[in-house]
Amino acid sequence: MSGFVGKHRASDGGKLPPGQYETHDFPVLSAGPTPAVPVDTWEFSLVTETGATRVWNWQQFRALPSEKIETDIHCVTRWSKFGTHWEGVSIDTLLRDVETSAGYAMAHSYGGYSTNVPLPDLRGGKAWIAFGFGGKDLEPEHGGPARLLVPHLYFWKSAKWVNGLTLMRDDEPGFWEQLGYNMYGDPWREQRYTGD
Amino acid sequence: MAGTTVHGRLNWHAATVAERRKETDTASTLVLDVSDWPGHVAGQHVDVRLRADDGYTAVRTYSIANAPNGDRIELSIELMPEGEVSPYLVETVAIGGTLEVLGPIGGWFVWKPEQAEPVQLVAGGSGIVPLMSMIRTRNATGSKAPFRLLYSVRTPQSIYYANELQSLSRDGIEITYAYTRETPPNSPTKPERVGAALIASAAFPADRQPTCYICGPTSFVEAVAALLTQAGHDASRVKTERFGPTGTG
Repeated sequence: MSGFVGKHRASDGGKLPPGQYETHDFPVLSAGPTPAVPVDTWEFSLVTETGATRVWNWQQFRALPSEKIETDIHCVTRWSKFGTHWEGVSIDTLLRDVETSAGYAMAHSYGGYSTNVPLPDLRGGKAWIAFGFGGKDLEPEHGGPARLLVPHLYFWKSAKWVNGLTLMRDDEPGFWEQLGYNMYGDPWREQRYTGD
Repeated sequence: MAGTTVHGRLNWHAATVAERRKETDTASTLVLDVSDWPGHVAGQHVDVRLRADDGYTAVRTYSIANAPNGDRIELSIELMPEGEVSPYLVETVAIGGTLEVLGPIGGWFVWKPEQAEPVQLVAGGSGIVPLMSMIRTRNATGSKAPFRLLYSVRTPQSIYYANELQSLSRDGIEITYAYTRETPPNSPTKPERVGAALIASAAFPADRQPTCYICGPTSFVEAVAALLTQAGHDASRVKTERFGPTGTG
């Protein structure tokens, strides 16, 4: 008899991963100050495992075909938000003419952060560089002008203020992964922390 | 960027409520004895899991308030009136009651006694909790690191750890309060939000190269982090921890 009752939530239709609760707000989790990233100096670099590099400035990036995405998002700090609306450029589009046999990618951000994601998780319509949220420009505190969006993994993998992807043959931990968070981060398997 | 590399897997630990202390009208500190607790570093947090009799579980994250002390951890929890978990922890759970704790979590927003550089702490409301763990750890280890605390509260009654902070301020920690709604009786100042003038007068100047730790609601942390970088503090030395507004704690 603990005395704890809890608010058993109405059925979420199986949308809530284990250990999560639904929020209607959009909380912010960042390690440091929100960097000011003006779009006139913004650049995004794609570097392959051989060092071949492609760079887009904001104008070139926004000229790429973009997609509207509706998805649920799941933060490792245990909130989930259903039915969020994004606009972004598919990673498939960025990778279209890129030759690579890499298995992993490191996303890099303004402010110095990084996070690792297996390359197959970024392909096949599963990941985007998002610049719009809720029909508006993505706000700086949520990662604007552009962030990685990989919604099937915990949301720290969706690096804010993203400015590049480096393709790698072998997996390496990024910023949060060196600080105790999981190398992969599948919310449905509760891969929150190191070794989960 | 420097942090604490974390190795090994985190586990759930059984915990028993040893004591509950009222901090304010809306906040209590739970003192927990955690079986096989691996120990923590100041600034870290835990996940707390509650289990109803029918097996339903709810998990929330709370910062640790105390200095490392064997199997004992203290969590100071602000009541969210509409919340699912905090009313139970702040008002209901019995001494001797049990719950589960996963942790310690986090290797970035931490302070370790071997850090000798000045430390600037900035707390908004219940954001004081992990910063208090840093202050208590500093004092428990005899560290001589210069500490300053800028603590934004709504009213004098919303200060956590008020008596302890008063004695600490005689103990080499410089404390400045910013009252946002109501100042103490006879105070010469009016309620104010933390702004550039207060940062300039109360915080370490950038040329002392302090490590800055800011914890509080998102809007507060965003504002203070911007003020510190505008005052010349290098963004890589400004560490932030934001909470809410989830309204569901």
